[in-house]
Amino acid sequence: MTLLSTKATCNTHGQDSSYFLGWEEYEKNPYDEVLNPNGIIQMGLAENQLCFDLLESWLAKNPDAAGFKRDGNSIFRELALFQDYHGLPAFKKALVEFMAEIGGNKVTFDTSHIVLTAGSTSANETLMFCLAEAGDAFLLPVPYYPGFDRDLKWRTGVEIVPIHCASSNGFQITAAALEEAYQEAHKRNLRVKGVLVTNPSNPLGTTMSRGELNLLISFITAKGIHLISDEIYSGTVFSSPGFVSVMEILKDRKCDNTEVWNRVHIVYSLSKDLGLPGFRVGAIYSNDKIVVEAATKMSSFGLVSSQTQYLLAALLSDKKFTKNYISENHKRLKQRQKMLVAGLQKAGIGCLKSNAALFCWVDMRQLLHSNTFDAEMELWKKIVYDVRLNISPGSSCHCTEPGWFRVCFANMSEDTLNIAMQRLKTFVLDSTVNGRNQNNHHSPKNSKRRSPKWVFRLSSPDRNRESDER
Amino acid sequence: MLSAKASCDSHGQDSFYFLGWEEYEKNPYHEVQNPVGIIQMGLAENQLSFDLLESWLGSNSDVLGLKRKGISVFRELALFQDYHGFPAFKNEMVDFMAKLRGYKVAFDPNNLVLTAGSTSANETLMFCLAEPGEAFLLPTPYYPGFDRDLKWRTGVEIVPIHCSSSNDFRITERALEEAYQQAEKLNLKVKGVLVTNPSNPLGSTMTKDELNLLIDFAVTKKVHVVSDEIYSGTVFDSPSFISLTEAVTERSIDETDIWNRIHIVYSLSKDLGLPGFRVGMIYSNNQTVVAAATKMSSFGLVSSQTQYLLSNMLSDKKFTSKYIEENQRRLKRRKEMLVAGLRGAGIGCLNSNAGLFCWVDMRHLLSSDTFEAEKELWKRIIFEVGLNISPGSSCHCSEPGWFRMCFANMSQETLKVAMRRIEAFVEFSSSTAAALDNCNHQRAAGRNSRRSSLPRWILPLSSYDDHEEADRTLTIH
Repeated sequence: MTLLSTKATCNTHGQDSSYFLGWEEYEKNPYDEVLNPNGIIQMGLAENQLCFDLLESWLAKNPDAAGFKRDGNSIFRELALFQDYHGLPAFKKALVEFMAEIGGNKVTFDTSHIVLTAGSTSANETLMFCLAEAGDAFLLPVPYYPGFDRDLKWRTGVEIVPIHCASSNGFQITAAALEEAYQEAHKRNLRVKGVLVTNPSNPLGTTMSRGELNLLISFITAKGIHLISDEIYSGTVFSSPGFVSVMEILKDRKCDNTEVWNRVHIVYSLSKDLGLPGFRVGAIYSNDKIVVEAATKMSSFGLVSSQTQYLLAALLSDKKFTKNYISENHKRLKQRQKMLVAGLQKAGIGCLKSNAALFCWVDMRQLLHSNTFDAEMELWKKIVYDVRLNISPGSSCHCTEPGWFRVCFANMSEDTLNIAMQRLKTFVLDSTVNGRNQNNHHSPKNSKRRSPKWVFRLSSPDRNRESDER
Repeated sequence: MLSAKASCDSHGQDSFYFLGWEEYEKNPYHEVQNPVGIIQMGLAENQLSFDLLESWLGSNSDVLGLKRKGISVFRELALFQDYHGFPAFKNEMVDFMAKLRGYKVAFDPNNLVLTAGSTSANETLMFCLAEPGEAFLLPTPYYPGFDRDLKWRTGVEIVPIHCSSSNDFRITERALEEAYQQAEKLNLKVKGVLVTNPSNPLGSTMTKDELNLLIDFAVTKKVHVVSDEIYSGTVFDSPSFISLTEAVTERSIDETDIWNRIHIVYSLSKDLGLPGFRVGMIYSNNQTVVAAATKMSSFGLVSSQTQYLLSNMLSDKKFTSKYIEENQRRLKRRKEMLVAGLRGAGIGCLNSNAGLFCWVDMRHLLSSDTFEAEKELWKRIIFEVGLNISPGSSCHCSEPGWFRMCFANMSQETLKVAMRRIEAFVEFSSSTAAALDNCNHQRAAGRNSRRSSLPRWILPLSSYDDHEEADRTLTIH
């Protein structure tokens, strides 16, 4: 008898879900341009691999930053000993300035309100520990990042109640959906402590509109609850409409120093914008002093390595670099997203119009045998095993409509992306041909319909525009 | 609006243990800029061997520049967030750990879970081994940080195993049993025992007898044993370090399941003096624990940049051998300085062979055998002597008068200054106490009734103007 805790023995870390099984398949048979050209292409990993050359070039020109030196003098000792949970002052300053720069400098952030954590994974969990008791709930719009099931719930005991969003309005949050979620929580006897959104959204790849943000502020004001805005993708907004931080809305509404001001918290990280998930750099930003204090002490359980803080303080303090990086990063992401969208279109597949992040929210409903999640699983397995692309099924993101998939575009080379698109096109054509043959067999009248109607509806408005850009 | 965790103070950081630090922050000693400031002796840092590390870094700039054989590995590291940890680093870690144990045990890298510091490791183990409301038994005195690390967010309780100076604070069978009974009385289910070996704050390694006692206890009660071996590389004197793993290996226990209930915590914060890099780990043979702790480590992974640096450093076996030996030699010398200095002041301490501190006996300086008197003495030591040391009560010691004093976080010169101050303080206190005795004696003979109502220790304060020593002590604050 080993007598472990239920946390250790249960599976609410959610890692037995299909989301992770696709990864396992990829691990067994990973694509490699040369060594394994028939392997599975990883399109389920939201990594930003497009701008490493910029970072590497900066590193080469600034060896002191990684060499524990300041003005040629060794500060190794100082850094080796630095474990102050208030964080390296130079790094916090550089980070808040970077956050402001990303938001077009429409808001400024105060270093005394920021708490550094080992990644946003740690930041999100810490906020749960600070804002909710075990058994309380947070409302999250679906679809959402599958990792939240572990990060927000596992060790905290907090529950997630979904805010249902539908494709009919581009999955935007509505007042009705918010209210329904709130009522649902009540029905389940769960006390709602707040709403958590990801803006820009994972997996949608879209920025929240001012309308949505205002809706949220009004909602949390009325209910007296918290709002957490995970803005981890804020630096990846590559086209209009631009990024609007929830802090900007609060400012516009003149909420400074009101009660609701203290109930809005931001989570940030350098994992997506700078492509540095390995360095474990996350942050909580809050106007509530008690939250900042408690979160600061809790950050003891996940501090950022001083070695890394120092390197990144130097990097982010180089304003010439950050300005160029932000703009170049946007450019490359935009171009890559276009490639994916165009490639999908050629395969007769549409996706949600997106302006941010490292992935597209792809509509494969027309490829489903039936409008069910079983059919979605079937399709997903075909795509993993036959098409050999690991993409994320919407059900793993708690989407309420079957047939949507998240497909990443920034974690591979252009050539690999092209290959992925070709494979998909072949798959769809084959499926369509087979489908048509079956249709012909059963009902001659239906032979006119070459492809399901969604393909045309989604691709037609874009057709004229796309041909210009191609 | 906020959680109870956020608004309560069970993180323990309002305890006066931290108030001493605050006083130090206001008036820190500096050899040149503030020679009368407070000397920090409450921080268990190892600052003695940085030159060795810096010299290694100086010859290995490639590693710092995130290169391998001249080629950039930046990309690979930037993307590496696998919670299984950097394989090369884990391999080096288990070898380093085995080396520190004289290769008497071997570790499997697959059983190692990396965490952001041992702070994270300890909390994670609590999450894995216990439910909120359950308890772990800890021998007192113990590291004050455990009150936060083990209890705060986990809801786990600590029940003390009372150890006393009468047997050098060793764990006894009786104390273990009493603690267990106490937990039952409090309606707390005991999930295990957590020890720090070598001990913080005692600075001594556990004997084989103690380890066997623990093992017997764990077998009988079917509970876990967590051994925080964070100071295992600081054992500078005999007896040599016996790890829990070694002790279990040597016993031929019928119940092989015991292996599933032994867990080791380690870190590079003390042995290598790198607390800023946040490198900790859990080692367990229990596959369920390893699997769960690995996933939980997502909440506190070690920076890949740091894993890369240290995997290279530790792979340099010549360097690590030299480092371990030299580090221990310097620690031993420094500890002997402290012990000698204290002896010169008529102060003894517990015989120790490890750690970065001594467990100092100031019971004879107390005005009464109470914790109030200990606090009083501690305040005097901060404000009059100008030393920040840790009072035993902050470590939950059951006997007043013991203090932890660190010796490895300052220069030799500074340690000498600290010793002189203490010597002066004790001398001064003794002479004025003698003077008061005389006074009392005379009072008893009918003279100078004014001073009779004052406690013995007040006299030195009011006598500053009367004695030349006052100049020396006064300048401190």
